[in-house]
Amino acid sequence: MSAANIETVYEALALKLDTIPTKQHPLYLAKLALLLAHEIDDAPKVITQLNAAAQNLST
Amino acid sequence: MRPAGRAETESLYFSYPHFDAPQDRASLPVSAPVAIVGAGPIGMTAALGLAREGIRSVVFDTKATFNDGSRAICIARQSFHILNQIGAIAPFMEKALGWTTGRSFYRGRQILEFHMPDSPAEKFRPMYNLQQQYIEQFLWQAVQNEPLIDLRWQSTITDVADVGNGVTLTVTDPSGSYPFTADWVLAADGARSPLRKIRGLRLKGENYEGRYVIADVQMPHDYPTIRRALFDPDCRRGGTILIHKQPENIWRIDYQLRDDEDETEALREETVRASVAAVLAEIGYDGPWDLEWWSVYSANTLALDDYRDGRIFFIGDSAHIVPIFGVRGLNNGLADAHNIAWKLGWVLRGDAPVTLLDSYSPERRGATLDVFANASKSARFMTPPTAGWQLMRDAALNLALDHPFAGQLANPRQMTPYTYADSPLVTNDEGSWSKTAPLPGAALPDAILETGHLSDHLGQGFTLLTFDPELAKSVGHLPIGTLTLPADSPAAQVLGATARSAFLIRPDSHIAARWSQATPSQIEAAFTKSIGGPRP
Repeated sequence: MSAANIETVYEALALKLDTIPTKQHPLYLAKLALLLAHEIDDAPKVITQLNAAAQNLST
Repeated sequence: MRPAGRAETESLYFSYPHFDAPQDRASLPVSAPVAIVGAGPIGMTAALGLAREGIRSVVFDTKATFNDGSRAICIARQSFHILNQIGAIAPFMEKALGWTTGRSFYRGRQILEFHMPDSPAEKFRPMYNLQQQYIEQFLWQAVQNEPLIDLRWQSTITDVADVGNGVTLTVTDPSGSYPFTADWVLAADGARSPLRKIRGLRLKGENYEGRYVIADVQMPHDYPTIRRALFDPDCRRGGTILIHKQPENIWRIDYQLRDDEDETEALREETVRASVAAVLAEIGYDGPWDLEWWSVYSANTLALDDYRDGRIFFIGDSAHIVPIFGVRGLNNGLADAHNIAWKLGWVLRGDAPVTLLDSYSPERRGATLDVFANASKSARFMTPPTAGWQLMRDAALNLALDHPFAGQLANPRQMTPYTYADSPLVTNDEGSWSKTAPLPGAALPDAILETGHLSDHLGQGFTLLTFDPELAKSVGHLPIGTLTLPADSPAAQVLGATARSAFLIRPDSHIAARWSQATPSQIEAAFTKSIGGPRP
């Protein structure tokens, strides 16, 4: 995905999150993760990405 | 528990019999090849299985009647095959409600409808609902007709001692105590097994957090026999409810308690009535109803490390306790009883070496661990144990409202028979097979034959299933029956078989070995392995 396209997604997600009550963010993001995983249709690839996303969370 | 004013066994629809303790004590036999402790469904099934093998048994039970309340209600297809084999099936066919379909709802909207595999090739439906007291009554009727079984009520085992080649039980009944000696003992005395305690054995495993109230309600509710699961319903936000239909207009309602709900309060009759009324409102039922019985339940996965202790075998809940989700408690126990019965029969008749019995614990404990894995998945969905499981469960349910793929995560993975792949009795093959062919150790699938089903044509002992009459003739010197079918029959297709294929089927209908090109010497070797070693 090009830098421009990832920026489009980044902005759309930020805007969408701001239309959803903060307390429902985890549920929304978990639904999104399942939807994207279903779309990608490659379990090992998704597992790699969900592990990657867990990096550096404690700052 | 029952409503105020009704005794423990005072049911709205079932008459509990009263059984006297044995009379005429002087003439009672004080020994038997097998003693069975516990006359619940598992103990009686074991006794009937042994009788089918020609083995006499004595069954002891502390109670003077059947178990109170309805308890287990779902009988899986494989268990119906067992009931058929032990000659007890007729009243079950008459009374039980067969079903194939389940529906799951999230906040009142249906998110999943699942259908368990079924077809005319199957003699029995995937699942049947029947209250446990009927299960016990129907088995008891079969026991009554079986001269090889002596069932003694009001008889408690108060001590156990190993003696030479047997076990001596101290039996205590209203007239006093007496010693009873058996070559082998089957402990079918339930989740709180007194025998297990006497032997100092402990169940090990995990307890899950979720608690459920299970209540039986009688009402003329017009809904087919379809299991309903309600997730996050209005009447019980954040909780889960299960609804099953049973005979006699009885409906089983299981509802999850919140973490902050006090158990004593939740089990008060008024509270149960209010909770049930809320569930009925949720499903749109506004007719009359009556409360029959209720209890509380929490999910556990607990098992003994070894299902055998010397000459005592633990069968059913005495050996393992599994979560209700997936209906594996009763069904797993019936398979235990069926497994040990044929093995004891073959050993006691002198047709197999005593080492055959060493396979009971690995086979049935393997089945339990498999149940744990599946039931734990179900339990985590029904009752998420941590924040992570909770969030993903909620996400799946929420997503399922518009995306059916997510609804599949709510599929309860109902009972399927276990494959004894790692059993010391099973011969692993190297031939080439289609992926759908049943594996060595699997329960033999059913199929339509010219007359009846494949399961109707199996012999009482081992059966060599072939598609080649010459091969069938070549094993005439072995104590096994043969069944030869056309190589173009539907059964051959189900089994992935060709003209040279063969299957060795055990007395419990599991596949001991399979060959794509069988030879008589291979069949003999597999038979020897499947009875635990060379014949005595």
